[in-house]
Amino acid sequence: MHYIFEPGLFSSGPVRTAVLVGTVVAVTSGVIGVLTVIRGQSFAGHSLADVATTGGAGAFLIGVDQFWGFLLAGVVGAAIMELIGVQRRRGRDVATGVVLGAALGAAALFLYLGTQTSSTTGASFTILFGSMFVISPDTVPALIASGIVALAVVAVLSRVLLLASLSPDLAAARGVPVRAVGMAYLMALAVAVSLSAVAIGAVLSTALLIGPAATALRVTKRPGLAMAASALTGTAATWLGILLAYDSFYWSSSGRGWPVSFFIVALVLIAYLLSYARRPGRGRRDGRSTRARKVLVEA
Amino acid sequence: MTVPGKTEQAGQELLRLEGISVRLGGREILRDVSFTVGPGEFTGLIGPNGAGKTTLLRVILGLQPPTAGRVLLNGRPQYLRGLGRRGGERLIGYVPQKLAIDPDMPLRARDVVSLGIDGNRLGFPLPSAARRELVDEALRAVEAERYADARVGELSGGEQQRVMIAHAVIARPRLLLLDEPLANLDLRSEQGIVAVLARLAREQRIGVLISAHDMNPLMAETSAVVYVAGGRAAAGRTDEVIRADVLTALYGSQVDVLRVQGRVIVVAGEAPQPGDPVGAGAVARPDGS
Repeated sequence: MHYIFEPGLFSSGPVRTAVLVGTVVAVTSGVIGVLTVIRGQSFAGHSLADVATTGGAGAFLIGVDQFWGFLLAGVVGAAIMELIGVQRRRGRDVATGVVLGAALGAAALFLYLGTQTSSTTGASFTILFGSMFVISPDTVPALIASGIVALAVVAVLSRVLLLASLSPDLAAARGVPVRAVGMAYLMALAVAVSLSAVAIGAVLSTALLIGPAATALRVTKRPGLAMAASALTGTAATWLGILLAYDSFYWSSSGRGWPVSFFIVALVLIAYLLSYARRPGRGRRDGRSTRARKVLVEA
Repeated sequence: MTVPGKTEQAGQELLRLEGISVRLGGREILRDVSFTVGPGEFTGLIGPNGAGKTTLLRVILGLQPPTAGRVLLNGRPQYLRGLGRRGGERLIGYVPQKLAIDPDMPLRARDVVSLGIDGNRLGFPLPSAARRELVDEALRAVEAERYADARVGELSGGEQQRVMIAHAVIARPRLLLLDEPLANLDLRSEQGIVAVLARLAREQRIGVLISAHDMNPLMAETSAVVYVAGGRAAAGRTDEVIRADVLTALYGSQVDVLRVQGRVIVVAGEAPQPGDPVGAGAVARPDGS
């Protein structure tokens, strides 16, 4: 690495778009990811990512920007999951699994047909594994707007969501429409997954959703702080990932850079591992874990 | 058969159940259950596992519509999923049997108690000195200040119960329903929780209805008992209900009540099943066979 910031890094349009979108995605996924982990719905997040793959592939086939494909498939997928998987958590998992297999099969078909028509394999790579440097500037306003809407929904529902995670019965007894709230939350999750799919690809999108959240839960015991720490971790990983990916063009003489998604996912993993190293045992009745809270910011 | 409620002046009762019956999936869970709970009364809802205690609590909470009968809260009919939170005052506090939390969940005991104030509302809770003071006071009332800042998922079962009681009483309910709060607790935690509840009933005049499969930990404090078995219930003062003739009629088979060293043991006609807890309050099958 010759320079900390390669010349031209910030004057490049695609890099600016990548940083902007990456930040929105990291914050949205980070905050919603914490609630996903608290609610024990990581699996739902993963499944929505798979369903979104189908949508992205379908959009590619008919020539629409992939974000709209991700979003539509994610939202429809979330609705179906909630409708089939009535009340019980276990039932939900089974229902989710059924939707999932069918969705991935369809994705395979769409990608195959798509590459047959346009004879490019690059598009399927972008849908599956993402590339922050090829985000179309036209969709940027839509990406930012959806992120803000999803965050607003979750902010308004945060208390109710926490209460319902504590005990669905208790929440219902206190007049919370538990199913409607769960549905609204799943929709927000679908938006977060779609955004994440645009940034680092449909297959990897859960990495930005679950990784920073899981890291944050290890270093703080307050819900608000966990969301902040998670958003920060995701943002740091994204920015650093963009930097490294841009830099990697110069790593060999071939002039081929490494995919930015790889760097982001790797950095998220490193942050998670670091949180293990720093968290003191089960120190529950003293302030020891307060110190560990800082860890993340550096990661 | 049903023993009518204790002698209570009208208007003095917080809760009155009149002929509640519940059928679920064609099976009769409860038949013609009636009883009352007044302010400051500590009532045990006793019965073997599977007798319908949780269903009964869900009926009172408005989560389970009864097939017959009605529930009066503070003298007024409870509308489906309703009255407990009408008009700004929350009449009922509820402590569910188990919390669905992992040890890693980033919620401190004080966050859980704070959710008791307004966890059912939309929006973001803003920290304030008044709020903090309210939470501290609720935690003190259940003697849980010590672990106020610990993650609630890492607390022991008894500690979690105390936190959930604080969560329930912070909104100043008139009636407190608890679903098997003593299940899987050691003897000392049991006694501690019962003492806390008895004090809440005494000092804040809260009507407490606590379900349990073993009545013995409650004996020292409960003023009244609702005994559920075979889908029916007998209610009244402890010495009126825990009698061989009353329980025999309830179970529909011969039941003996033994009093040994200050403990009560209810023995059904057939031998206790292997695995039944020794000295448990109710050793009969739920269906009364």
